[in-house]
Amino acid sequence: MELRKGIAVSPGIAIARAMVIDSKDYRIPRRSIMASQRAGEIKRVRRAFADAIRELDQIETAKRIEEGAIRDIFAVHMRFLRDKRFLKRVTDYIEKELVTAEYAVSTILREIASHFEKVDDVYISERAADIYDIERRLLTHLLGKVAEEVEHLREEVVIVAHDLAPTQTASFNKTFVKGFATERGGRTSHTAIIARSLGIPAVVALEDLMSCVTAQSTVIIDGNRGVVVIDPDEATLEEYRAHARRFTEFEHELDGFRDIPAVTRDGVPITLLGNVEFPDEAEVVLQKGGQGIGLYRTEFLYLYGGTEPTEDDHYHAYSEVARLMNGKPIVIRTMDLGADKVPHTNRHPQEANPVLGLRSIRYCLQNLPLFKTQLRAILRASTLGDVRVMFPLITTMQELCQAKMILRDVMEDLDEYGVPYNAQMPVGIMIETPSSALTAGLLATESDFFSIGTNDLIQYTLAVDRGNEHVSTMYSAAEPAVLYLIRSVIHDANKAGIGLSVCGEMASEPEFVMLLLGMGVRTLSMAPPLIPEVKKIVCSVTIEECNLLARKVATLDSQRQIKNLLRDAAGRILPVEY
Amino acid sequence: MSEPVAEIEVEIQNEEGLHLRPAVQFVDVASRFRSAITVSHGSVQADAKSVMEMTLLAAACGSRLKIRAVGPDASEVIAALGELVAKNFPPTSKPAEAKKEG
Repeated sequence: MELRKGIAVSPGIAIARAMVIDSKDYRIPRRSIMASQRAGEIKRVRRAFADAIRELDQIETAKRIEEGAIRDIFAVHMRFLRDKRFLKRVTDYIEKELVTAEYAVSTILREIASHFEKVDDVYISERAADIYDIERRLLTHLLGKVAEEVEHLREEVVIVAHDLAPTQTASFNKTFVKGFATERGGRTSHTAIIARSLGIPAVVALEDLMSCVTAQSTVIIDGNRGVVVIDPDEATLEEYRAHARRFTEFEHELDGFRDIPAVTRDGVPITLLGNVEFPDEAEVVLQKGGQGIGLYRTEFLYLYGGTEPTEDDHYHAYSEVARLMNGKPIVIRTMDLGADKVPHTNRHPQEANPVLGLRSIRYCLQNLPLFKTQLRAILRASTLGDVRVMFPLITTMQELCQAKMILRDVMEDLDEYGVPYNAQMPVGIMIETPSSALTAGLLATESDFFSIGTNDLIQYTLAVDRGNEHVSTMYSAAEPAVLYLIRSVIHDANKAGIGLSVCGEMASEPEFVMLLLGMGVRTLSMAPPLIPEVKKIVCSVTIEECNLLARKVATLDSQRQIKNLLRDAAGRILPVEY
Repeated sequence: MSEPVAEIEVEIQNEEGLHLRPAVQFVDVASRFRSAITVSHGSVQADAKSVMEMTLLAAACGSRLKIRAVGPDASEVIAALGELVAKNFPPTSKPAEAKKEG
């Protein structure tokens, strides 16, 4: 039994056989098989050789290759693939070492390549590149079969991979995929987003996962606590089955909250909104009883197409969501990517410190055509419902004024062409830097609403990268400094009489919900599947209790004390699964 | 009755040694015969019909190889492979090749 801790990015518990997806772009980890599986793995190798030979034959006949060097390389590949001694060396390795076909192919070819690399003759040492080519060719066939298998799944599995690309997840047979566990990724990675929209558990950022899982492993994915257990023993398995059962019961119980209003026991209404990225997630918001969309991320438009999104691409996505939400509020956040993440651009300034670099609104303000394209689409969509716009990562008043000036420019352009839009469309900002939190009183004079993005606010306030294992334990929403800033932003927003919501993860963490209500927050925005659970908390408390809790927290001076207090308070309301 | 045996020692003289094309040519010629053919380079031995083993000989220019054939056509093997090495692996006469040469 092996246990790995990672970041929980989608809740739930899945227990199933592992479907391991290797990648030919990463080193294939050593993975053991059982003696009874030798024959199967050897058959896979033989088939991969045969498929590779067929592929080469087809390429050769398709385009009569005349160029000498390329023809020679093909000839070498072909002779290797037909070399019985080579094939035997691979199958012998599986036989003897009890490893997967992928690992055997990779190991034997790398052995051969390293043999060449050692030879002190440039002609011969350069041959290593050809050998790596053969490795890739064979792995492509082996992994291609795996991909086909995932497409035609007949039993429930959990997917275990180094990382998952959109092109991979697109072809999964989702009926049988019960969870994801990956070595790479974060809360906003593709894996996380897909898992949340499918409503299946996922844990990412799991170190050294691929080498300890085999195709026969049973894997538990605990998307509530960010834990993955590989080959659990009977006691652990039983424990998690019980967890999973209680979780399912709990979810059913939560479904009962869908249609009742989110009102505290002492009658204070709380607005619960969903954070979405893809238009179809808007449906999940409605299914889960959300009252609108508090954060509509638009990065996917820039990341998943092959080209920069056109105004119509934007408009199409926004109008789809507006149609689904049918008059409920939709807060569209403008592009929030770093310069290093924006594809389709030649501008790739190598930044030593991208988190403090040209990202988000800063990037937009330096790339006006891209920014204006998005603003035009948002304005056009503003006539379709309660559409609002929000600028991310505002740090200074000057930035906000600049962004608003550009918005006015775009409005004038639309006026000129007689394109209708809502001239009163609310304009808000995300408060996610200490600078904007400290000057919130000032920024409120130019904003219709604030949304506190706690993820970045915590990172910037505590100067901690939570993806960095050496310091990630310091990352905590319960730090007095973070709470101090949040409290002052709430105060400034209330004083100015503008809207305020919290859209970071903190808003959906059960232990923080009471605290935020006690601090004066009345609107929370979160991943759609979490809405019922938060609603249950809201309906179980009184604002008076929450106020009391918030006052008590303000007197404590360490995040540990605060966290314990909050956990106790939440524990009285929620079952142990949380 | 023991099978015929034939041997020859050759020196690789083309600049690139038993690199890609020469190794493939060597294997292709060897594969035409029924004899079992081994090639030794120092203490390393290779099956002349296995491109993997032949390339693993890492025979650079100047290497001396011992070719040994055991089987009914052993002497033809030695003649053919000896000629291939002696002529520095001349390009084969496939049509595409001939056109290029011309």
